[in-house]
Amino acid sequence: MDTPYTIPAPVQSPAPIAARAAARIRRSFRQIRTENVFKNVLVITGLLLVILVLGILLTLIVQSLPSIRLLGLRFLWGKTWNPVKDVYGAFPFLVGTLLSSFLALAISIPFSISIAIFLGEYHPRGWFSNLLKNAVELIAAVPSVIYGFWALAVLVPMVRSFEKSIGVQQPLGVGIFSSSLILAVMIIPYAASLGRSMIQMVPSPLKEAAYGLGATRWEVIRSVVLPYTRSGLFAGILLSLGRALGETMAVTMVIGNTSILPKNIFAPGNTMASVIANEFTEADKTVYLSALIELGLALFLVTVVINIAGKKIIDRFTHE
Amino acid sequence: MQKNHVKYRIGKSRAFQILTTVLAFSCVIPLVAILLYIIRAGISRINWQFLIHIPKPVGEVGGGIANALLGSVIMIGMASVIAIPLGIMGGVFLNEYKKTRLAYWCRLSVDILQGVPSIVIGIIAYFWLVKPLGGFSAFSGSVALAIMMLPIIVRSTEETLKMLPDSLKEAAFALGMPFHRVLLKVILPVGFSGILSGVMLSVARITGETAPLLFTAFGNPYISGDPTKPMQSLPLLIFNYATSPYKDWHDLAWGASLVLLLWVLFLNIFTKLITQKWKVQL
Repeated sequence: MDTPYTIPAPVQSPAPIAARAAARIRRSFRQIRTENVFKNVLVITGLLLVILVLGILLTLIVQSLPSIRLLGLRFLWGKTWNPVKDVYGAFPFLVGTLLSSFLALAISIPFSISIAIFLGEYHPRGWFSNLLKNAVELIAAVPSVIYGFWALAVLVPMVRSFEKSIGVQQPLGVGIFSSSLILAVMIIPYAASLGRSMIQMVPSPLKEAAYGLGATRWEVIRSVVLPYTRSGLFAGILLSLGRALGETMAVTMVIGNTSILPKNIFAPGNTMASVIANEFTEADKTVYLSALIELGLALFLVTVVINIAGKKIIDRFTHE
Repeated sequence: MQKNHVKYRIGKSRAFQILTTVLAFSCVIPLVAILLYIIRAGISRINWQFLIHIPKPVGEVGGGIANALLGSVIMIGMASVIAIPLGIMGGVFLNEYKKTRLAYWCRLSVDILQGVPSIVIGIIAYFWLVKPLGGFSAFSGSVALAIMMLPIIVRSTEETLKMLPDSLKEAAFALGMPFHRVLLKVILPVGFSGILSGVMLSVARITGETAPLLFTAFGNPYISGDPTKPMQSLPLLIFNYATSPYKDWHDLAWGASLVLLLWVLFLNIFTKLITQKWKVQL
């Protein structure tokens, strides 16, 4: 072994004892070396995770450079997307993404907040609430492609007949409204489970004081629990928004996939994620491909901002 | 007068309690509807032949999902081999070097990674592996899935280790154990159940992932065990066949959906049992 440490041979002690001592010392040094190697490997792993994320960001930027250079800011406001004629305007997809995500959020908020209040305040324990808790976790566990398939087979015909009954022109069924409905179901668990843990953290002396003043259950929830957990609930909603923006498969299957600017919420459209999923393998020109990647970059940056903001709010809330 | 006012307030409180309960439980309706529909549509398809045959062309009766099952198992296996050691090491790093600057950035990166849309991970795997290697391959799909697994494993490992008492580590150090042996023989075995449930959760999550595989593993109508070639997976098969116009293929996709659903449910229930048995908090 090429050990950098030289072990002085004992001079006066009997041979076997000296050998044993030397072996023990050598083992100690070996272990110290392994320890250092191990620590270095840990640090390298940590570094690797940072590099991974930076690499993702860099790759997206570098690959979308051709379209950034060629199209500039027009990319975001251009209303037509026609790869055959080399016209790339992402505005229809921006509208599609924002419309479907915020509509889904608006539909899901009453339900997720109700679940949070029910599990956090009314029934924190018991088989009844366990059932609901497991059901909510199950909603998060079902793969999105299955949601998409179910929506295509069941939800879309329902939406179509609903559109007919309210007199929408071209009742297709597929479109932004359908994808918002299925998205709303899919994002409920994120806000609900976070909200539940936040509501459970409300100090009971606060609630007891309100009860002592004669407040009813609802008044305690409205004027103590909800104001106290406001930022936490907001963070939960933010995280569900992040999910909704990046959700691909279920949306791709029911949104209708046209690159025309949607006229109303029942019209078919496309989101940033779904247009990438649909056209990435078909993109034959450099600009086309890099325009799609620029959409991915935008999606990445938006979700990064949303997630970091959500995490910061949660951290501040839990450290108070 | 006074009494009426109190009655009104109590009534209002009741009303809101009922409203909350109704809203909370109405979320179960779509879940139950989806589960029942898939079970009803898929159960008639599933038999032994379905599991060991590959899909038949349109118009022919029969055919199964053997290629997708095999592909899913292989790709998840490869992804696990990549992500589990890295993820656990990352979690240990975050726990051991809590206060360092690198740990701060690392934690931030993991948080970011957790929120990245899966389709973006697909793009990344395409540029890192598919393009340099010159074609769609199962391996690139596995790497994409591994990137999705990482944040879950890192986070659950860190959370588990954080809860272990310091005295455990101090006792081991006092006996003269070197750092790596303390970790491998004391800390990780004690936190095993928490780490295992994190790993199971991450596997459950990537089992249903479709978007990162669209332009990495790409799909393959035949059985393939070669990681350098395109490979089919269950969610990919469901996506491709569900969006096709043929009734036969839809039936096949329903059967595959049921298999996928059962698989994911099994993983989730298993994780739940682990956490209940060892009383881990995630």
